[in-house]
Amino acid sequence: MSEITAEQVAHLANLARIDLSSEEIARLTTELGQIVDSVAKVAEVATPDVPATSHPMPLTNVFRADTVVPSLTVEQALSGAPDRDGDKFRVPAILDEE
Amino acid sequence: MTNVIKLSAADLSGLLVERSISSVEVTQAHLDQIAAVDTGVHAFLHVAGEAALAAAARVDARRAAGEVLGPLAGVPIAIKDVLATIDMPSTAGSKILEGWIPPYDATVVRRVRDAGLILLGKTNMDEFAMGSSTEFSAYGPTHNPWDYDRIPGGSGGGSAAAVSSFEAPLALGSDTGGSIRQPAAVTGSVGVKPTYGGVSRYGSIALASSLDQVGPVTRTVLDAALLHDVIGGHDPLDSTSLTDTWPSMAAAARAGLADGALTGVRVGVIKELSGDGFQAGVAQRFTETLTLLSAAGAEIVEISAPSFEYAIAAYYLILPAEASSNLARFDSVRFGIRVNPEDGPLTSERVMAATRDAGFGPEVKRRIILGTYALSAGYYDAYYGSAQKVRTLIQRDFDAAFSKVDVLVSPSAPTTAFKFGEKMADPMAMYLNDVTTIPANLAGVPGMSLPMGLAPEDGLPVGLQIMAPAKMDARLYSFGAAVEALLEASWGHTLLSRAPELARREMFAGTATSTAFTSTEGAV
Amino acid sequence: MKKAELMDYDKALELFEPVLGFEVHVELNTKTKMFCGCANEFGQGANTNTCPTCLGLPGGLPQVNAKAIESSIRLGLALGCEIAEYSRFARKNYFYPDTAKNFQTSQYDEPIAFNGQLTIELESGRLVTVDIERAHMEDDAGKLTHVGGATGRIQGADYSLVDYNRGGVPLVEIVTQMIEGGEADSPEIGRTYVAAIREIVKALGVSNARMEEGNVRCDANVSLRPRGSNVLGTRTETKNVNSLRSVERAVRYEIQRQAALLHAGGTITQETRHWHEDTGITSAGRPKSDADDYRYFPEPDLVPVAPSREWVEELRATLPEPPAARRKRLQAEWGFANLEFQDVVNSDLLDVVEATIAAGAAAQAARKWWTGEVARLANASGVSADSLVQPAQVAALIELVVAGTLTDRLARQVLEGVIGGEGTPLEVVESRGLAVVSDDGALIAAIDEALAAQPDVLAKIRDGKVQAAGAVIGAVMKAMRGQADAARVRELVLERAGAAE
Ligand SMILES: [Zn+2]
Repeated sequence: MSEITAEQVAHLANLARIDLSSEEIARLTTELGQIVDSVAKVAEVATPDVPATSHPMPLTNVFRADTVVPSLTVEQALSGAPDRDGDKFRVPAILDEE
Repeated sequence: MTNVIKLSAADLSGLLVERSISSVEVTQAHLDQIAAVDTGVHAFLHVAGEAALAAAARVDARRAAGEVLGPLAGVPIAIKDVLATIDMPSTAGSKILEGWIPPYDATVVRRVRDAGLILLGKTNMDEFAMGSSTEFSAYGPTHNPWDYDRIPGGSGGGSAAAVSSFEAPLALGSDTGGSIRQPAAVTGSVGVKPTYGGVSRYGSIALASSLDQVGPVTRTVLDAALLHDVIGGHDPLDSTSLTDTWPSMAAAARAGLADGALTGVRVGVIKELSGDGFQAGVAQRFTETLTLLSAAGAEIVEISAPSFEYAIAAYYLILPAEASSNLARFDSVRFGIRVNPEDGPLTSERVMAATRDAGFGPEVKRRIILGTYALSAGYYDAYYGSAQKVRTLIQRDFDAAFSKVDVLVSPSAPTTAFKFGEKMADPMAMYLNDVTTIPANLAGVPGMSLPMGLAPEDGLPVGLQIMAPAKMDARLYSFGAAVEALLEASWGHTLLSRAPELARREMFAGTATSTAFTSTEGAV
Repeated sequence: MKKAELMDYDKALELFEPVLGFEVHVELNTKTKMFCGCANEFGQGANTNTCPTCLGLPGGLPQVNAKAIESSIRLGLALGCEIAEYSRFARKNYFYPDTAKNFQTSQYDEPIAFNGQLTIELESGRLVTVDIERAHMEDDAGKLTHVGGATGRIQGADYSLVDYNRGGVPLVEIVTQMIEGGEADSPEIGRTYVAAIREIVKALGVSNARMEEGNVRCDANVSLRPRGSNVLGTRTETKNVNSLRSVERAVRYEIQRQAALLHAGGTITQETRHWHEDTGITSAGRPKSDADDYRYFPEPDLVPVAPSREWVEELRATLPEPPAARRKRLQAEWGFANLEFQDVVNSDLLDVVEATIAAGAAAQAARKWWTGEVARLANASGVSADSLVQPAQVAALIELVVAGTLTDRLARQVLEGVIGGEGTPLEVVESRGLAVVSDDGALIAAIDEALAAQPDVLAKIRDGKVQAAGAVIGAVMKAMRGQADAARVRELVLERAGAAE
């Protein structure tokens, strides 16, 4: 059985920036446990000799020329903003520095 | 005149080109049908009646002026709400994007407009395309036109229901693990997931970047091919877009109608995607179809794909992992809703977390948490890393199979449309529903679903899935068109002609006009 | 920690061995951003250079800038790195309002360049080889402005404003291996290393390299190891130290601070620290925590970068002479004394002096004009000397002085005219009527002759012993048969002595 704990789910929710309620955390702990149990079987066949595939089509070196293309207008850029101040997006005070 | 809305896009195209019907008339007829039945079906989240009629009038004027337009110019189309449209809200079925109107068009939307198609509106979907039933749409489920108590499939249930209820002849969908093919199967329509990289993803609100593909949702194979020709081809804005020159899919579909098109075609039946776990009527229709194919000269070959057993597990690691990162941008800063926490200080961090809690539905949260887990330190190798190895194994299985056969077939879905609520409580049961469609996404190969009959036990549509090697989309259309013709000849009619007549909404029944319709714009 | 509580620097070094590491971010000067076609430039107003991709709008997708790849490879080569045959972008996931996608598109375990070396020369002549672990590509974040609160800083702000013009600008992050054995030179190593990086990216032309504008930003890692121990100490990472002098000061401060703390029995917290230019101290920032789980994974929206060996060799052929080698060569060619040469280098005038000499000016004259009058005028108007006037104009001006058309005094006026946009030096001479009168011409010829005849006197005058000029003045008056104003002769003698080679 899976070892997923409520603390772990709370930590994941914090990483994912979702303010889950304690009921949500409890429910997700159970569900996540079940899901993880069933998806963990990938490890059975993922032996070291098998290379990983990240893209279905193996392309490399897809580049764009360094040529300026028109940007959005400032009004378009800010058209969906929940809050703005002049031509900038406005966000509540930031607690953590990066 | 025949009922315009029952015509295929190819037939409409013929009438429009010879100008025996106008695009305004065609568009109006579909808007009337939407007004009449969408209260029950709920395929649309937004209907752009006035804009559609204006665009139709422009196409008519251009044709009247003697301009030669593309084959689908003037034909209406419904757009899955996962695609960015500059003039319509684009919510991806999520509360967090309620009312958001993007400042740009997705590449496929731009191509569809440039080809003169008429955008009717945006179709419903599971939130961020996570689901197989549209029950996870924040705006309420779409109902299956064959039985309103049943799901229309998902995530693109809205697009599939729109074409199968004759609200639109064409629709765009997106397919990450079956979101085009499974809805097509359970609604009796046709859906194609192109080769990964064959159609641009730019402007498609990403679920899982390495799995998502945009594709056509229609009622006939030829219509799907015509639409594929419009949306396909290289797009420099999508770095995973293939630069290949593609053959005409419409020509390929027409070639499939030639006599003897099935003679000598090697058809692989995947052992792991047949037999146990399939509803009896689904298995029965599949076996019957194989018999028909064989009689038509095709060679049926049993193929084993041992790694497919691990496909669902790999998929439900890769998808949540990529999705957890793709959905991080929904943070209430640049677009979308903002929700303040109920109490405590208003900080950026807390407002983001409160917004994401209120704006995302339960399935989205479940997958974000799962994906965050799969990527987190100490688990990456066991989960995400292993899943990507399984992806290699599945590609190898496909390579081996396609060295022996030309196409692979399976039922598109294990069951016919299930009832609302049946699988809501059990996420794993819902996930298992994608067993047939997921391998194609993991390997990037193209897949199609087309109707292969009704299950005797419930009278609901059953879909046949066809898969071809990567970049061989044209083969899907040739083979698909041939199978479609074969099946319809055996039935003596199209499958959708057996769909129930939908109840028409009282207030508009028989009197739906553009004026009456316009009043409901955006509120459908 | 207050300055008074710091441990004395020499004592700190007696007790501890400093171990350093640097992460330098270089902003590339491509025309467009890293992953979209928006202009990579600032100054036209907030959020003017944004698109669905760099704003992180739903559906936006990245496209890699070829020039940024080329610049990164060239930079890697200039740092002596190997260039990866196969390299990938990865997503570094974390939430922050200046990061539009809430992940940074960076490189993780597959950087474009790795295993490099850079040898730097300290003022003492000591050579230090810094091992470069990697140079990887990534995109920059937008700019936050914190509003309200007392300081305009993040702490205590009422709200913040975001401008995404800088979001998505291409960066190369250069990460060193641990630098051990720096000892008392450690702060100077920091300064000299960052200066060397700056010089290299400038020589390559891949960055504007202006530290004051954030084109080159340094994070300095410092830890202390007690003498006799082989266990590494806990390190701190001082962020965004944005001038050469600050790098030196910040490293020195951290050595003294950590030494005091450790000596008093305390422990060092692994944390990021902030450098305060005004007070010269660092302050604690965010401690490392498990919230730093960035969940890196390969960017699925981009395909791998696999530069062919042919391309790499083509780019290697475009590399300029390494700045350190170039400096050595130029100093020898020009015959500058160490101090003279340092003056040119430190004032960032090497390129223009070189160009002026290439345009025909004598080396000393070129140096004197650039570090003297041009620098003075640039200083006065708060701009850089090289933006004030073209090297060709300075060379033309020097030519007029050498020809005797202008005295130094007049030449300074002409320079002002040139800077003021009045034209070439010759045009300014004509339009302002500034040429030396013909009498002066004859006088100057006589003075130059007299100076040349008495090199010992010339040397004395140059040493500042102006009374020695008397001997020359006498000779000139004699040559002019008394037909000259002695005061004017004296003035010109001093001037010519200064101007002479
Ligand atoms: Zn941009």
